[in-house]
This record gives sequence, C-alpha cells and structure tokens, in this order.
Amino acid sequence: MRKTLTGVLIAVVAAAAGALFAVTAIPLSGQAPPYRAPRTADGKPDLNGIWQANSEANYDLEAHMARPALALRAGPYGPVPAAAVLALGAVGAVPPGLGVVEGGPIPYKPEAAAKKKDNQDHWLERDPEIKCYLPGVPRATYMPQPFQILQSQSALFIAYQYAGAVRNIYLKNPGPPPVDSWMGQSSARWEGETLVVDATGFNDSTWFDRAGNFHSDQLHVVERYTRTSPDVISYEATIEDPQTFTRPWKISLPLYRRVEKNAQLMDFKCVEFVEELLYGQWRKTPLPR
Amino acid sequence: MRQQLFTASCVFAGVIAGVCSTPVHVAGQAPKAAATTKGSIPRLADGHPDLQGTFDLATLTPVERQAGTPITLTDEQAAKLEKQVAATKNYQARPVDGDRPAPPVGGDGSAGPAGNVGGYNSFWIDSGSHYSVIDGQKRASILVDPPDGRIPPLTPAGRQRVALNVRPTSDQSAREDDPGFEPNGAYDDPERRPLGERCLMGFGSTSGPPVLPNYFYNNLHQIVQTPGSVLILTEMVHDARIVRMNSEHLPKTIRKWMGDSVGHWEGDTLVVDTTNFSDKTRYRGSTENLHIVERFTRVDPKTVLYRFTVEDPDTWTGAWTGEYPWQATDELMYEYACHEANYALGNILRGARLKEANDAKKTKQ
Repeated sequence: MRKTLTGVLIAVVAAAAGALFAVTAIPLSGQAPPYRAPRTADGKPDLNGIWQANSEANYDLEAHMARPALALRAGPYGPVPAAAVLALGAVGAVPPGLGVVEGGPIPYKPEAAAKKKDNQDHWLERDPEIKCYLPGVPRATYMPQPFQILQSQSALFIAYQYAGAVRNIYLKNPGPPPVDSWMGQSSARWEGETLVVDATGFNDSTWFDRAGNFHSDQLHVVERYTRTSPDVISYEATIEDPQTFTRPWKISLPLYRRVEKNAQLMDFKCVEFVEELLYGQWRKTPLPR
Repeated sequence: MRQQLFTASCVFAGVIAGVCSTPVHVAGQAPKAAATTKGSIPRLADGHPDLQGTFDLATLTPVERQAGTPITLTDEQAAKLEKQVAATKNYQARPVDGDRPAPPVGGDGSAGPAGNVGGYNSFWIDSGSHYSVIDGQKRASILVDPPDGRIPPLTPAGRQRVALNVRPTSDQSAREDDPGFEPNGAYDDPERRPLGERCLMGFGSTSGPPVLPNYFYNNLHQIVQTPGSVLILTEMVHDARIVRMNSEHLPKTIRKWMGDSVGHWEGDTLVVDTTNFSDKTRYRGSTENLHIVERFTRVDPKTVLYRFTVEDPDTWTGAWTGEYPWQATDELMYEYACHEANYALGNILRGARLKEANDAKKTKQ
C-alpha cells in the first residue's frame, strides 16, 4: 500500500516539476513594452523612487519547492533543519519560487556545479549575507529590502537599504576599473526606454542567493531597467562568467515601487548585528554560544 | 630621539623648500570669486542651484582655534604653516631601509599615525595640504560662532557623560599610537571600540552631520540632487545620507546613525535639518537630542560653502556654528568596503585576551 502511494506521489511530483518548468519558460518581459514612462527634465525615462523586488530570488534564483530550512541535515525520513537553525521553526523555512532564470537551470561548468552544491551544503559558514557583507550585483537588486534610484541629468546613483550598499553608476565610462570591488564598477547608457547598466570589476566573494549560486572575478553583468507601468520596472540581468558558466544566462523579475506615502530607506547597518557572531568569542566575558 | 627627527625634517624642509612652495598658490586662487558670483553658478531645470559633484573635504583648517587668535590667517602665516606640513609629509614619505631592524617591543615611542609599532606612513595619508579659503581669506578655524572659535563649554550633565566615556563617539578615532591599554575596559567588548574601528561609521564625524574633514584620509563626498531627494555620500564606510525634500521628520521612536534629514530651499541655499539621532552616535558625547542645521550654498562652479549649526542643550551651554568650503574634484571614489576585511577588530579583542592570559601567567610565576 505504502509503495503504491509513493509511486503515485513520485508521479505527482514529476508532473508538478514539469509544470514548474513550463511556467518558468514564459519570459516575464523582453518584448518592447508599449508603456512610455514619465520623463526627467532632460527627457530620459524617470527611474527615481524607492523600489523593491517581491520575489523569492534571494532564496534561490532557480525554481524550487519549499524547504524546511536554508541549512539542512539528514533526518530519518528526509531532510530536517540543521541544529544551528532549528530554533527558528517555520520562520527559518524557505518559501517556494518558480525561479527567475530564463530558460531553465543555471549553465554551470561541471566543476562549478559541484562547488555550487558544496556552497549550499555549507551555507551557514559561506553565504556572505550572513556576515553582512556587501551583496554584489545583481543580488543587491532582489534582497528583501528596498533601494532608491537617484537620477539627475549628471548623475545616477543606487542606494540599497541592505548593509547601506551603494553604486554610483557612471554616465560616462571611466575606463577599466582600477581594482576589483564588492559592488563592481558600473556605467550606463540609454537604449530608448531602457537604462542599460554595464557592471564589471567584481571580486569573487559575493553570491547570487542563499542557495550557494556563485561566480568568479570574471563576472560581467549587463542590467536592463525598463519602466513598464507607473509602479513597475522590468529588470533583466545577463550574467557572463566564462570561468564558471558554459554560456551567458539571464534572470528577469519585476521591481515594484514602494507606494506608501512615507516610503524611504531606513537604517540597516547590519555590521552591528553580526558582531556577536563574528567577535563574540573574544569578549572579556563571552556570552553562552 | 624625537628632537633629532624634528631637526632632520627641518633640514630636509630647507632642501625642498622650492618644491614645497609651488602648490601653495591655491591660497590666491580666485579670491574674488567667492560668495558674490551668484549669477554664474550652475543651475538645474527647476531653477535651484546645482550642488552636485564630488568634493574633497581635506583641509588643514582645524575645527577650533586657539582662544584669542583671529579667525583668518594672513597669506604669509598660512604659507608658512602649509610649508611645514609639506615638509613633514615629505620627510615621512622618505624611502625606508629594507634592512632596518624590527621596532622595539612596545614601539619606539614616537607619536602620530606613522609612529610607534608601525602605523601608516604618509603614503597612506591624505589629510589636506592647505588652509580653507572663504571670501579670499585663509581660515584659522571652521568654527565661526562663538566668535572665539571654541566650542561652548559642556553642561554639568554633558561633562559627566563625557567623563564616564563608556561608549565611543562618532568623531572618535582609534588611537594609532596607543602605547598600551586604555582604562575602563576599552578592549573588553566590540561595543567599546570606536565606531570607525567597527566599520559602523567613518571616524572624525566624516559622515556627520555635521560633516567634518577627518584630517586623515578618504575625505571625498558626493552630492546627487533630484527633485525629491538629495544624497550626501561619504566615501568612508560608504555612508549614504538621503535628505527628503519638503518632508516632515520621522516619529521620535525611529532613530538613525546619521539622524533623520529633511531639506528645503531658502533662496539659493539648501537647508537641511537633522534630528532623531541614535543614542549610539554620540557626536562629541552629545545625546540623541542632537539637532543639526546645515546650509549648502553653491558659491562658484568649483565650490559649495558648507555651514552648520550644532545644538544639544543637554550637552553644550550654547549652540555653535562652523563653515568651510567643499572643493569639487575630478577624483573618482573607491569602494570603502571596511567591514568585509575587518580583521583588526577581532584581532584587537583577541590580542587583549592573549595579553590578559600572559599577564596572569606572569603573576603566577
């Protein structure tokens, strides 16, 4: 009896997975939108405002079912939360998502795919978000916190609430980045309704999500910001890193305006929040760990 | 030893005096251009002055000046002081002998950032080379009010708070020449270390408000101006303060490290009012009731005049005001990713525990 049920379950799961893929394959955007955005004083589409992704992308860029926790261990009947995150209960669970990667799984090279899996298995020790490190690109965009675009005729700037991360987007490419950095060097150009941001000069220390998706210092990201309605930006990022992936791949997701009248960035200086984790053991009187 | 060094730097200064004097011409740069050239300043489409750009806030002009001295320096006085600074920097930048022995245990006793057990030498330091110029005159202090150039005395409560010194302040720097352990458990917990050392804010009130030169390095700031928001970015610790235009302050229950800033235009001057400070910011030992009013005026295409008034009746017996010019620069800002490589904070605490263990061992023997 139990065996039969399992068989049925497997069939159902397989069907569901197929359906998931079918849904992922539908592009969120890409066609030229008919919407014409309000203009800034110099006639460019106006991207000013407080924006935020409403997506499970930061949990896992790829299509995924709900999981008991971000850090798992084997239980007698399947994975259960790892001891270190057990106390969080349902708050620590991973919400399901249909994924934001266009055209299926991320095209890792074989050795990189193995490293991705290893990253996921060691999420607690390795995810830079846990240590409040700068999020990199494109992860900064879909962190579960708002960011603000400040756009004038002579400047374009993105301030992110998470970790107070910032990007000054050059309107004139200053040439090759002088040094690798966490947030990279970005320069922008307009293609009709779309702001195209070219970002390079990254170090290899940021991740794409909480599922161990990663890159090397060869990362090159081309982002496309297109307003498709008064309160929506269609966001695409093409990710190229020949050291890690077999070909360039693309994510796409909508960004929504925070429409609250008092919407604004607040303080999230998480450096302070991770001091106990990183340095607590060196207190004169350490707290129980 | 210290005296010998000083003599050596003076001799060295003599040799390079010709070189030193060249950059001093900034003193005479466009003295007539200040404050009065309103017609020629850049403006935005909405008619307001364009305050945008990247600015280098490094200056030799200190916040306060010696009581009884005038607010301006003569060009000769300024040139002499600037030359001395240049000479010292040149001396500190001299090549070091690769075969030199290790410094003595506990340091050689010399003070300053380049001293003791191997702090930064002058290659790393970009603390300014000239005194600030306002209306063509070299300024001896940033403070303009009180007129004596001194911050008003602390109130009794303020004095008590500062004396207790239990938590660091946003203007405080880690002591590069610290010869040993400070009292009061300064190495017991990360929360007792300076905010700059913890990568929470830059030191020297560089992010402010009030935004001050830190007299050390990374003094770049960027202003981005949109109709609804004005961004003031501090290079150090990438602190972005976003001023909401024509808005009301947040409820008092919401506190921020750099306070809550709202702005409006008074003629051609951007006025920014900041309250709602966190009780951890503690600028110069002040309380969370600190109130700062800043005034940004574009005085010429290369200069924004920055003026600020500081007020906290629980800390000072009166309000005080300062001003200094922000000079536009073509320099590009680097990412100041501080926390991501902050090996120092952990090692400072770890070192303290190690020292305690060693001391305990010695006492036993």
